Amino acid sequence: MSIETNEEFRPKIVAFCCNWCSYAGADLAGSSRLAYPADVKIIRVPCSCRVNPMFILRAFEKGADGVILCGCHPGDCHYSTGNFYARRRMTLLFSMLDYIGVENGRTRVEWVSAAEGVKFSQTMNEFVEKIHSLGKNVRLGDLRCKN
Amino acid sequence: MSHVNKVDQIKEISGVNPLKCMKCGKCSASCPSFNEMDIKPHQFVSYVQNGDIESLVNSKSLWKCLSCFACVERCPRDVKPGKLIDAARQLVVREKGQTYLSPDEVPELLDPETPQQLLVSAFRRYRR
Amino acid sequence: MQRIGVFVCHCGSNIAATVDVKKVVEMAAKEPGVVHAEDYQYMCSEAGQAKIAAAIKEKNLTGIVVCSCSPRMHENTFRGAAERAGLNPYMVEIANIREHCSWIHKDVEEATKKAVILARAAIAKVNLNTPLKPGESRVTKRALVIGGGIAGIQTALDIADAGYEVDIVEKTPSIGGRMSQLDKTFPTLDCSACILTPKMVEAAAHEKITIYTYSEVEKVSGFVGDFTVDIKKKARYVDANKCTGCGVCQEKCPSKKSLSEFNRGLNTRSAIYTPFAQAIPNVPVIDTEACIKMKTGKCGICSKVCQAGAVDYEQKDEIITEKYGAIVVATGFDTIKLDNYDEYAYNQSKDVITSLELERVMNAAGPTKGHLERLSDGKHPKEMVFIQCVGSRCADNRGKSYCSKICCMYTAKHAMLIRDKYPDVNVTVFYIDVRTPGKNFDEFYRRAVEDYGVNYIKGQVGKVIPQPDGKLLVQGVDLLDNKQILKEADMVVLATAIEPNPDVRKIATMLTASIDTNNFLTESHAKLRPVESPTAGVFLSGVCQGPKDIPETVAQAGAAAVKAIGLLAKDKLLTNPCTAKADELLCNGCSTCANVCPYGAISYEEKEVNDHGIRETRRIAVVNSALCQGCGACTVACPSGAMDLQGFSNRQIIAEVDAICR
Repeated sequence: MSIETNEEFRPKIVAFCCNWCSYAGADLAGSSRLAYPADVKIIRVPCSCRVNPMFILRAFEKGADGVILCGCHPGDCHYSTGNFYARRRMTLLFSMLDYIGVENGRTRVEWVSAAEGVKFSQTMNEFVEKIHSLGKNVRLGDLRCKN
Repeated sequence: MSHVNKVDQIKEISGVNPLKCMKCGKCSASCPSFNEMDIKPHQFVSYVQNGDIESLVNSKSLWKCLSCFACVERCPRDVKPGKLIDAARQLVVREKGQTYLSPDEVPELLDPETPQQLLVSAFRRYRR
Repeated sequence: MQRIGVFVCHCGSNIAATVDVKKVVEMAAKEPGVVHAEDYQYMCSEAGQAKIAAAIKEKNLTGIVVCSCSPRMHENTFRGAAERAGLNPYMVEIANIREHCSWIHKDVEEATKKAVILARAAIAKVNLNTPLKPGESRVTKRALVIGGGIAGIQTALDIADAGYEVDIVEKTPSIGGRMSQLDKTFPTLDCSACILTPKMVEAAAHEKITIYTYSEVEKVSGFVGDFTVDIKKKARYVDANKCTGCGVCQEKCPSKKSLSEFNRGLNTRSAIYTPFAQAIPNVPVIDTEACIKMKTGKCGICSKVCQAGAVDYEQKDEIITEKYGAIVVATGFDTIKLDNYDEYAYNQSKDVITSLELERVMNAAGPTKGHLERLSDGKHPKEMVFIQCVGSRCADNRGKSYCSKICCMYTAKHAMLIRDKYPDVNVTVFYIDVRTPGKNFDEFYRRAVEDYGVNYIKGQVGKVIPQPDGKLLVQGVDLLDNKQILKEADMVVLATAIEPNPDVRKIATMLTASIDTNNFLTESHAKLRPVESPTAGVFLSGVCQGPKDIPETVAQAGAAAVKAIGLLAKDKLLTNPCTAKADELLCNGCSTCANVCPYGAISYEEKEVNDHGIRETRRIAVVNSALCQGCGACTVACPSGAMDLQGFSNRQIIAEVDAICR
């Protein structure tokens, strides 16, 4: 693995990938055997605009340490304009999250096309490394789950 | 200095990736001092590729290149052999740790046959 | 509670080598709702699918999770298997433990752990799945072909022969395209016009084909099976129904200074013109920028000489709106502009020409009546130089990164034809590589060298210098002899790179078809779906998809036609049932969702609802499931949380998030 992993800390990372570009890009990373840390788990959504800010808050609430949203490049959205909505929504959400203490580094939007297996893998490696440098997320956790 | 190092040095100084070359020869076709050179511009690229920097720095070509940059301008692959030659020259200069001439010596050595283009390129090359 | 079956695939050793499948089975069996879990060598095989069917029947399963390769690969396979066993196909979910797990991780323990989590997320989702039923949409049994070159003509003929109506929209005054400009074709040296014109005539005469020339696609709406297209038919100023094509108007027209587009600007044409003699339709158009009547109001000679009274200066552009089930793009190519290649002196000397211009020079109907002569002084050349890869295979921003593919062969053709017709002319070709893969292609090139004595030199040309005496000094290199070459030539021919027709970008945007950085339309799959655009119902024919020669273009045109026919042959299309749906009790009719919907699929109805015993009429969002493509933009925009996406519902995605973070 390309990053030094701290034995103590295995981050939980949720990646939302749109079905048409980024999920296919992740598939290409797989079929090209381009490794990235197993901490990343991918959820398939039809389009990046399907990702409700609520899902991201929920992930942090349930103990995620980072959330990344991947969609088609601007202008290439399968649904023409979905990624523009996603971009706008996430800009607002991320600045709000940063304000309440979930650092900007824990959230990310990246455009990955179906042909960019290399970019997908690189992005995930970078993102995991970033989360490692930030450590465990302590904000937004659901206190009811704690003992 | 090992020659692997020198290859890297040349790549770094020139910013050129010799692997992009597809051997079309447009550099040599464009070169005004082609006939003066023992190693031709397109061969420069393969010499760097093969790591034979020794032959390069000892070649006549190194000092025959006018730095007119016709090859740099026209190279379809962005390989720019002129920059490689430049870098190899740089390598020699750095190794000697000194410049060969003082400015005062120049007028005396000036050959009336020297092509104007060479002077212009020299200025372009050394004005920094 | 669902009764879920989990099936873990080994995929030979693809998954099993890195993921402990037994462990995944064991862990999955403990998840809520799971009543059955097993593993098998190849789940997608006959036997694997039979196992799923058997389990559905025996254990009365209501949901299926298959832990295997990407859903993009086999989701449909497993959905089909479930459906055949009597289960709703949308009760199947895939956990991607190959592309997203076993193939990218090396450590067995780590990969197994991840696979278990991915399975867990899929199980959590299936627990909330509901059976879905695809809707149906109609198919308009008519196809549109954009572009009337050989690709468009062939596609239209093939579709029409299958019995469907086809419209061809062609921007220029005649169909025929680039191929009509060519003189001969490689490798058999057939005369291009002799093989193309019969096809043009056939297309024009075909009862199922309507040809709109001098027309452009203005607007496209709708979706696969049901596109609505506006076609702008530009005013020709000649009534096509009256015109007899006698050509007198063109003879008498006093404005004869316009450059002929058909002859690549090498000679001139009249203001009222047909691009070439065999044009279809054989109806002239008036070039308003050159026409004296249009510019000054005085003249009108064409109208006076026209015995049929066909000239109509008042004619207006016309918009035709038509419905189509399938659209084929066949917009073709042009050669690149050579403004960035000053070293070849293209703009300085008339005797430096592109290969396409040479086609016109060699053609009997061309500017020189087919005689090989210098365009500057009309003298017969003795030395000809061909330069390959002009603007092709360039890594800089002057040219194109790709190989234009056709140049090696047409240059061999030109060289051979010149040597054959004029043995006194010496022909030299400067090349980087000679690429001749194709049936009888290399043999053709070898013939040019061995039988016709064409001089091939490995090396490029640095510059072409026009001399005061009109000759061209070519400075090149022979890399094999390591010699610089200075050669006096009478003519220089540049194998200019081809690029997609610049208009294609506009058309791609209208069709929401994806396009690459070189303006080539992207195919759905580079190997397995090469003639389909990722946008359903849009097909690709010819060079708009990538450089091609004529046989390849015709083959692809046929393939695109077959795909279009396959679509048109269906009476109804099943639509994706994963569409948005509003909760009537939560919707407050605010219109936010309708504003973000890219398909206009949401409308509002006054509807009577029963809100916990209170009956009242409310304004409620209604999604047209035939129009909804299931992107989900509305679900997030909805302020009251009434809008949800079936198959990817809020609860389902949250369940996945929870399972992953657990």
